[in-house]
Amino acid sequence: MSVIILLLIASISVAGLFLGAFIWSVKTGQYDDEESPSVRMLFDQHPNKK
Amino acid sequence: MSKNGSIQSTTLVCYHCGETCRDTDIQAHDKHFCCEGCKMVYEILNEHGMCAYYDLNQNPGQSQKIMIRSDKFAFLEDISIQQSLISFKDEQHTHISFYLPQMHCSSCLWLLEQLYKLKEGVISCKVNFERKEADIVFDHRLMSLRQLAELLTGIGYEPYISYHDLGKKKPVADRKKIFRLGVAGFCFANIMLMSFPEYLGIDDREGQLLIFFRYLNLVLSLPVFFYSAGEFYSSAWTALKQKFLNIDAPIVLAIWVTFARSLYEVFTGTGSGYFDSMTGIVFFMLAGRVLQDRTHRQLNFDRDYTSYFPVAVTRIKDELSSTVTLPDICLNDTLLIHHQELIPADGIITRGRALIDYSFVTGETLPVAKEMGEIVYAGGKQVGGNIEVLVIKEVAQSYLTRLWNKDVFKNGANNENSFVHGLSRWFTWVVFAVAIAAGAYWFWQDESRSWNAITAVLIIACPCALLLSNTFTNGNILRILSRNHFYLRHATVIEKLADIDTIVFDKTGTLTAGTEMEVVYDGKPITPQIRKKIATLAAQSTHPLSKGIAAWAGQPLKDPFLAFEEFPGKGIEGMVDGDLIALGSALFITGRTQNDEASVVYLSVEGKLLGRFRFRNHYRQSVPMLLRQLQERFYVAVVSGDNDGELPYLRKLLGLRSELYFNQQPEDKLEVLKSMQQEGKKVMMIGDGLNDSGALKQADVGVAITDNSNNFTPASDAIIEAGSLPQLYQFIRLCRFNRTIVMAAFVISILYNITGLFFAVQGTLSPMIAAILMPCSSISILLITFGLSNLASRKLKLA
Repeated sequence: MSVIILLLIASISVAGLFLGAFIWSVKTGQYDDEESPSVRMLFDQHPNKK
Repeated sequence: MSKNGSIQSTTLVCYHCGETCRDTDIQAHDKHFCCEGCKMVYEILNEHGMCAYYDLNQNPGQSQKIMIRSDKFAFLEDISIQQSLISFKDEQHTHISFYLPQMHCSSCLWLLEQLYKLKEGVISCKVNFERKEADIVFDHRLMSLRQLAELLTGIGYEPYISYHDLGKKKPVADRKKIFRLGVAGFCFANIMLMSFPEYLGIDDREGQLLIFFRYLNLVLSLPVFFYSAGEFYSSAWTALKQKFLNIDAPIVLAIWVTFARSLYEVFTGTGSGYFDSMTGIVFFMLAGRVLQDRTHRQLNFDRDYTSYFPVAVTRIKDELSSTVTLPDICLNDTLLIHHQELIPADGIITRGRALIDYSFVTGETLPVAKEMGEIVYAGGKQVGGNIEVLVIKEVAQSYLTRLWNKDVFKNGANNENSFVHGLSRWFTWVVFAVAIAAGAYWFWQDESRSWNAITAVLIIACPCALLLSNTFTNGNILRILSRNHFYLRHATVIEKLADIDTIVFDKTGTLTAGTEMEVVYDGKPITPQIRKKIATLAAQSTHPLSKGIAAWAGQPLKDPFLAFEEFPGKGIEGMVDGDLIALGSALFITGRTQNDEASVVYLSVEGKLLGRFRFRNHYRQSVPMLLRQLQERFYVAVVSGDNDGELPYLRKLLGLRSELYFNQQPEDKLEVLKSMQQEGKKVMMIGDGLNDSGALKQADVGVAITDNSNNFTPASDAIIEAGSLPQLYQFIRLCRFNRTIVMAAFVISILYNITGLFFAVQGTLSPMIAAILMPCSSISILLITFGLSNLASRKLKLA
């Protein structure tokens, strides 16, 4: 029985991690521009990052 | 071997922008260009080894034919203007975000993000393609803001900076709904998982575990109840404060009843509660809302005159010119207005000859010539040389700006009057009646079950099915419409569109294509030689009618012997290789006034009248078809700011029944619509310019038409691309289908509800039945709404 509880805690915390990742990705604006990243990754030269 | 001029057999297109080259002389590295501007952009890129720009897409550039004045961005040197534009600044770096409307393909993206290679000082540039913005970081010790703007202009991306940008913070995207949806989805999925043991019949010996599962579900449902469902609480509460019962109110009631009963069951140990049903329904309803509200981020539906006005103009004081921002313009200032610049305030011309294009403000097709001492109104665009204007009214008091202060522009709050709210109220009363009847029945039969029955009825019969079918249908119809280049501001516009019975068109720019004109010559035949001479003479003037004739006449003479004089407001006369040619008004050429339609130019050679050129508006191709089609089902009217030169043609097209108004000022247009509405008509207005903005706002549905959705359109409820105008009737029909689809989905979901009610009134609704019914009904609604609306769009032959 206690194994099930342990497993449950593990599974919920993994799911919680994904929820956190989702919220973080929305918050940092990763869905703001759905067009340019798909094009940008095909370019040979990369924009200046500083 | 020289190639010069002999390779015309196939049409040449500009290597930079893809336009046909009229001249074959402009070339560099064996590549042809349509104008010097395009060639210059190519040379800049070539010099920095960035010609990959041309490999990514064919002819990716934009035509550079219209030269940009060299000191156009001089106002960016003003510190206070700089401060209101830049987003962040420290000792070294300045961050700024520019709106670059020319951006359109992957080449643009590539080039702009390589901007740092073109000039030292630019540190990075990040493009947001959907919003057509570039966030640029540059070192302000190495270059100024003005230089940056000029650098962008030099490669063909002129930043658009308007009065509207001054000191206004950009709205931050509202992501609350997405977060709420995410949380609800997480909790819903986990609760469903935890509920399985109980539904599948857990062993009685595992009683401890069962209780653990129940409490875990309770804990997981808390974020949904307090956070995710907050969307519905706030919406219901705002409506209640305005004494309006919207669909969210009964939904909130259902959520609360479900939650309360679930808490009671868990705490007393009598059952597992309906946590999964509650969180599930919140999740689905939020998903519908998010889908429906997915707006078009790249479009702007709220533009007013400030988006069109420049940030600053040149003021002349004591012989010195300086830059002044619009709000700082005072009475009696003298302003210098350049070619293609907008006049920001009403004034009197004190120097120069004005040719003012009011097409934007009034809808007149042709520019008006104004002499010194005459009044010019704000919003007009100067064409030709520079003029000086003495300000007689401040920007806020000017004719055009006053229009915006009218009441129509102020009442932004329009009540949501969707049929869904009415239906939900009716539905709620029925549910209450059933709940009370069931409760009363069990009160007599078996008192313990009456509480059970009431809550079960309320849980099962919440109008969430109605909300779901409404939001999903709306969302999908919005998507279908935008796929066909018809963009609605909000889902509520769908219902308004369905109710339309009157359609009012603006003429210039809406029925006709832009300010383009067709030239028709009638009179004695012209020899090719004379035709060339006419072209030579007409090319000398900047007057649009003269330009039109030049384009009609074709190639001018190579090296003519030319002497000419232009008479403003009258015409042009000159000797071309020995022939005296004159072009101008009837009075100028024949000495008598003629009773012509507005735009006619007479031609005489050696003093003898040869014929006349008529200028006709160029109607969009589909217009006659569309008008005929619409007229069968709607009351169609035309309201134009232009003169009545087109009256006969439109009368023939529309017949005697429809109303045609000409010479309408922007305010008159508004009044015309108002009086139509007072007759009880539901009016849709289709227009394009600022002159229509009052009418667009007054109309039940205001539709702005544009040749390119990146162009500027006045504030409106919807934006249509000109190419989609022929399908207007299909769009309205699709919106009319909306209600049918919602009702169909609702009826189906009621069947589920009746099944649920069958158990609920007996007081035997188990959480498991609720948990099966809820997703089934939600998913079938989803399938029905999407299926039916896609079917409808296919039937209407929409993309």
